[in-house]
Amino acid sequence: MIKVENLYKDFGPTIKVLKDCNFTFEDGKTYAIVGSSGGGKSTLIRCLNCLEQPTSGSVYLDDIKVNEPKTDLNKIREKMGMVFQNFNLFSHMNVKKNIMYALVKVKKMNKEEAEKKALALLEQVGMSHRVDSYPHKLSGGEKQRVAIARALAMDPEVLLCDEPTSALDPEMTTEVLKVLKNLSHTGLTMIVVTHEMNFAREVADYILYMDGGEIIECSTPQEFFAEAKTQRARQFVSNML
Amino acid sequence: MINMENIIEWWAFIVAGLEITIKLSLVSACLGVVLGLVSAFLSKKKFIGVFIRGYIDLFRGTPVYFQLYFCHYAVPILFGIQSLNPAVTAVLVFGLNSGAYLSEIMRAGLEGIDKGQEEAAKALGVSQKDITKDILIPQAIRNVLPALVNEFITLTKETSVVSAIGLNDMMKRYTFVVADTYSPLEPLLIIGVAYYVLNKILSFGGKQLERKLSYD
Repeated sequence: MIKVENLYKDFGPTIKVLKDCNFTFEDGKTYAIVGSSGGGKSTLIRCLNCLEQPTSGSVYLDDIKVNEPKTDLNKIREKMGMVFQNFNLFSHMNVKKNIMYALVKVKKMNKEEAEKKALALLEQVGMSHRVDSYPHKLSGGEKQRVAIARALAMDPEVLLCDEPTSALDPEMTTEVLKVLKNLSHTGLTMIVVTHEMNFAREVADYILYMDGGEIIECSTPQEFFAEAKTQRARQFVSNML
Repeated sequence: MINMENIIEWWAFIVAGLEITIKLSLVSACLGVVLGLVSAFLSKKKFIGVFIRGYIDLFRGTPVYFQLYFCHYAVPILFGIQSLNPAVTAVLVFGLNSGAYLSEIMRAGLEGIDKGQEEAAKALGVSQKDITKDILIPQAIRNVLPALVNEFITLTKETSVVSAIGLNDMMKRYTFVVADTYSPLEPLLIIGVAYYVLNKILSFGGKQLERKLSYD
């Protein structure tokens, strides 16, 4: 469970990106965070694992405060996998090593075990044919599937996806969303910042609508697309469809 | 004209001076890389950064010939100590000198890394120490490899001034030979070819490494 309390994030003295966000992400559910660009979606998700340090407020993972100097942030991050818009595969490691690296370094797994796990995960995301390739040889969709496998390798409780398909063409988007869809409802909590309304509709348990740095509403997809609670969300839906 | 007898008689004696050049360049390059990396990371820090930037500034602002003289002749007077062994002085001066240049090169290499690389590692729970060692340094080195090789070639050639503090490299041996034969042409030809071949090997090695690190 991730709890966000009175979360504020400013960039400099004038730019206020998050304003008093409060929310609880339940275990095992899939959340889609939607909203116009600049609404604070990515910043919110990046505050959850402290890639952005919140200006004030608190983030808790299972009652442990994440944004607290005393907390071992690396232990928390182990439990929160993250998938980025630009994939961010380690460019000097091949596909297999990308996945093995944190297993060996962070989980202290031995190399054989790590390799076995990496190969199994690559099979799961349909990338078994490219285990020895370097990232720059892969297509965007392939990179993102490897990045998902890399995040899953740590057996996270939560998977944070920051616009995982925004850098992909429609065909690749489909292949990546298929992988994410298969992951939902496997016990993993998924929080996906996305502009893919169909994905939000079909896969998410809840849709979080953000605008102007605030969480405006949280609804089930049925509610959200049929009759959102707030005027701003209804406006957003009618613009999108 | 070229006196072949002089060449045959003296080439082995002169080329033996390469031993000093190679040893000195190797040790100084290692020292320089370590210093360069450390200063690249520390030059942005608030307090210690001032000293690091001062060091870089001093060593880039004066010629290495001067630095060698200064360390060998002036530093012992300044601090009231014995002169160091010339070989040690040379390693320190060339190490510090190339460290100053390498630090700027490494800084460029580090700045050229997409910040997503570090974020991805952080998000996996990798410690900052491991990120630096396994992600940042290897990528920075790959980014600037041609500039690094360039710096090593420059360093190898610059060591030719160590004869000034009495080390028997090829240029020092040249003076011995000329004193004996009164003919500068042959020893200079030998020295030129020796330096050229040495640096050809270096740049060939660099190209091979570049190819290996292009991850094809």
